[in-house]
Amino acid sequence: MANNISKDQVQHVAELAKLELDDNQLDYFTDQLGQIIGLFETLNEVDTTDVPVTSTVSDQLNVMREDVADNWNQKDALLANAPETENGYIKVPAIIDESED
Amino acid sequence: MNYLDKDLTSLHEDLVSGKITAESLTKETFANIKKTDETTQAFLNLNEDAAIKNAQAIDQAGIDADNVLSGIPVAIKDNLVTEGLTTTAASKMLENFKPIYSATAVEKLAAKQTINVGKVNMDEFAMGGSTENSAFKITKNAWDATKVPGGSSGGSAAAVASGQVPVALGSDTGGSIRQPASFNGVVGMKPTYGRVSRWGLIAFGSSLDQIGPITRTVKDNAAVLTAIAGHDEHDLTSSTKKVPDFTAGLDDSASVKGMKIGLPKEFIGEGVDADVKAAILAAADKFRELGATVDEVSLPHNKYGVAAYYIIASSEASSNLQRFDGIRYGYRAKDVQNLEDVYVKSRSEGFGDEVKRRIMLGTYSLSAGFYDAYFKKAAQVRTLIIQDFQKVMQDHDFIMGPVAPTVAFTIGEEVSDPMTMYMNDILTIPVNLAGLPGMSIPAGFSKGLPIGLQLIGKPFDEATIYKAGYVFEQNTEFHKQTPELGGQA
Amino acid sequence: MNFETTIGLEVHVELKTNSKIFSPSPVAFGNQPNANTNVIDWGYPGVLPTTNKGVVESGITAALALHAEIEKHNHFDRKNYFYPDNPKAYQITQAEKPIAHDGWIEIEVDGEKKKIGIAEMHIEEDAGKNTHEHGASFVDLNRQGTPLIEIVSKPDIASPDEAYAYLEALRQRIQFTGVSDVKMEEGSMRVDVNISVRPIGQKEYGTKTELKNLNSFNYVRKGLAFEEQRQQRVLMSGGTIQQETRRYDENSGQTILMRVKEGSDDYRYFPEPDLPALEISDDWIQKVEAAMPEMPGKRRDRYVNELGITDYDAMVLTQTKEMSDFFEATVADGADAKMAANYLQGDVNAFLNDNHVDLQDTKLTPANLAGMINLITDGTISSKMAKKVFKGVTEGQDPKKFVEENGLVQLSDPAQLQPIIDSVLADNPQSIEDFNNGKDRAVGFLVGQIMKQTHGKANPQVVNKLLMASLKG
Repeated sequence: MANNISKDQVQHVAELAKLELDDNQLDYFTDQLGQIIGLFETLNEVDTTDVPVTSTVSDQLNVMREDVADNWNQKDALLANAPETENGYIKVPAIIDESED
Repeated sequence: MNYLDKDLTSLHEDLVSGKITAESLTKETFANIKKTDETTQAFLNLNEDAAIKNAQAIDQAGIDADNVLSGIPVAIKDNLVTEGLTTTAASKMLENFKPIYSATAVEKLAAKQTINVGKVNMDEFAMGGSTENSAFKITKNAWDATKVPGGSSGGSAAAVASGQVPVALGSDTGGSIRQPASFNGVVGMKPTYGRVSRWGLIAFGSSLDQIGPITRTVKDNAAVLTAIAGHDEHDLTSSTKKVPDFTAGLDDSASVKGMKIGLPKEFIGEGVDADVKAAILAAADKFRELGATVDEVSLPHNKYGVAAYYIIASSEASSNLQRFDGIRYGYRAKDVQNLEDVYVKSRSEGFGDEVKRRIMLGTYSLSAGFYDAYFKKAAQVRTLIIQDFQKVMQDHDFIMGPVAPTVAFTIGEEVSDPMTMYMNDILTIPVNLAGLPGMSIPAGFSKGLPIGLQLIGKPFDEATIYKAGYVFEQNTEFHKQTPELGGQA
Repeated sequence: MNFETTIGLEVHVELKTNSKIFSPSPVAFGNQPNANTNVIDWGYPGVLPTTNKGVVESGITAALALHAEIEKHNHFDRKNYFYPDNPKAYQITQAEKPIAHDGWIEIEVDGEKKKIGIAEMHIEEDAGKNTHEHGASFVDLNRQGTPLIEIVSKPDIASPDEAYAYLEALRQRIQFTGVSDVKMEEGSMRVDVNISVRPIGQKEYGTKTELKNLNSFNYVRKGLAFEEQRQQRVLMSGGTIQQETRRYDENSGQTILMRVKEGSDDYRYFPEPDLPALEISDDWIQKVEAAMPEMPGKRRDRYVNELGITDYDAMVLTQTKEMSDFFEATVADGADAKMAANYLQGDVNAFLNDNHVDLQDTKLTPANLAGMINLITDGTISSKMAKKVFKGVTEGQDPKKFVEENGLVQLSDPAQLQPIIDSVLADNPQSIEDFNNGKDRAVGFLVGQIMKQTHGKANPQVVNKLLMASLKG
């Protein structure tokens, strides 16, 4: 079962999800995820030709909010919960890769 | 005084008659929680000062004689945000997080003059079936402290079963209300998707999540759902359908005579414990005896439910949990040099293993090259599962079966084996995939541990399963048994 | 080797709505950081988005203006990526079923008309703003959730000039719908550009590069022209084009390598489970269409056929909605259409250019411009006097009052003019003789003298008539 997903793939997925795994964790998760993905593979037994997808089971369609502005005035409370702020901004350490954005 | 195992109706009578006050009830509740929670470990955070003040205010205003919830203490699962009251989702990520707004369900309960006594334990971000995935404590089964209370709403179910509170709110993405209710011998309802607003519920699988009540009796449960259900302008997926009074008709006139019940053969097949199967077959006989017909039906795609569910729920979760990035609220790792550190370290330190596992499964299922094989395939299988139910429901009023293949298992026994854990959900998951209402009610015991009977209704037809559940309850004794560990001991 | 060029443009347009696309926070600019944000904009645990109906209607409006087919059953998707200005770490957008597809707009380059296809148009939310300073980033989420439409062109654009014309035409059409200000300098219109070249006859498209930092249509044209040449040179010399992002440098006029793309980004799109799908009925489309402002083409036809102005004038006047609306209002206030057209293209335009302002930011009003034009047509003022009056009008003054207060009324009464003419003639016998000897120049001199006597207020036409009569008499 372990070959359902490779260590490299697990590593790649962890990077996409912004998680870091040490070597032990990588082995551990690769093994477990492999088993579970093996379970996922059982879906291949099901013929889904022309079967539409279901992405919601809500009975609502076309419900919208009217375009009316309403400021909930939560700025101060929001900033108070942030780990680091300055002059009303949320502060974060610099992005190393300066070429982004 | 021994009133902590009473149902809402009798508590309400005592409150209206003045035999007890909201304040005395609340104070007694806290005294009892402090005593029992050394064993049960259901609560993460008590709301004592505010609750007592609230109770005093309610007493001052007068108990509302027309409102069975007036002055009633309730516990709230810790993935429902409560303004000013720490809400953690049982994760280190939100260890000290104080929400600045409250969930709609919480507000609706408060508007009914209930008293929020505190937040109860759960699996981290509702991911799990044993409450062992909490970052903070391991809640015990009310009937046997060596057993898990189920999950993810394990704290809610254990708190109700052990007599700490008569009402708790839970949430159910793949069985998280019904399975712990089953393991603790109480009543748990997962309403139809869209019946209760999800505003303020910390999202796990957005197309599957529903909030619902855990109570000691069916009628209590119906009263709470009536209070929290309804369309909410904050949740566009919440239904605009009218909410009936679900307690209506839950009296001596209630009957299942002429009702047609389907019992899927897949629900009592391989993997289902013999005692559980026997209890469900006995329940089927009970319904027959009460005038209903029960016949075997089939949900052929049921066995694919677990795979489809773990793909869909994990995919949605992987996206929903990305907001926990250490930037705007919640946990931020120390010693961070740059933005990437903030993300990676905060998330790696803040999330537990089960959460990471699901995030990675979901990320994988959605990633380039795998979307069609996993996410899309699962969403198609979901359609087939829905069609299976529709077919059966065409000529049946509801479906019955077990909630879980076994009774509560031993703490530590399965937590390191996710595959086995995931398969435990096989009987509850399809109900979430189809968005149907499903309820667990007590239906027997195996070696001293409760067995839950699951009743699955048509969309927005909670009324029928409440009625059937009520009739079953009135004609059986299971719900009258209380655990020794419970509050009145 | 001869090459052909393929250009793709992705244009983001900010919609002018009252509230954000998925939260009721106001859409407003210039406020304190994070002042227009709430728990939804911050991606708080437990929050849910709600779709703004106004955004959907603006989307339908824009789709109609771009002759696009509206997708009756469309939905939102999540695009997942981490960035500090992206609070949920996903953007709610439309990927699988955008609100509209297969549209077109017409452009004209060197007198040749061409239709440029629009592949799709979708609605989505904007991100917040991230500023970098002293080794830290500062996040302001005011812009988070501002509604956007993104318009993606088909690979029909074959030259930098066509790209320029496409952007002009796109801006014009969107502007006429009123759903956006479409101003690049204010960020309400943003352009992402990609370009590839291939030898003529080659079937596959060449490898494309992406250009950034194109802050005006002109830079888009220049950047593309440079990049077109660069790619051709690379291919001619036997090299290959890398898939990369390049930055346009305004000073050197060159594009500079920013980064090479390694594979494609993995955004893990999937349908947004928190928002019900949108179902757009024919009835709804018709309602939106009925409420839509008239598009430039229709306006042009009407100006030519009903107001009798030239094709060229009609085209210039419909370049921007502001100008076109102003013109119509001026005519509605009673001004002669031809004169209004001339003034708007002449004096008004010069005034706007000199002062670097937009029409709507001035004190000019259609009523005052019309008033001034009417004073000219009824002979109250001369076109020369109108220059002074125009200045007053640009300062927001009422032209009639201005004329009165400044004594600018034209002298047209022969009874008043004749004595002045007589006296000028009496003073200048030499000029009369010159005239009689056939020297027409003398007339000009005499008119000048009369104007001098009347401080320029004499109506030149009347003066001419009376003078000629006196000279010939």
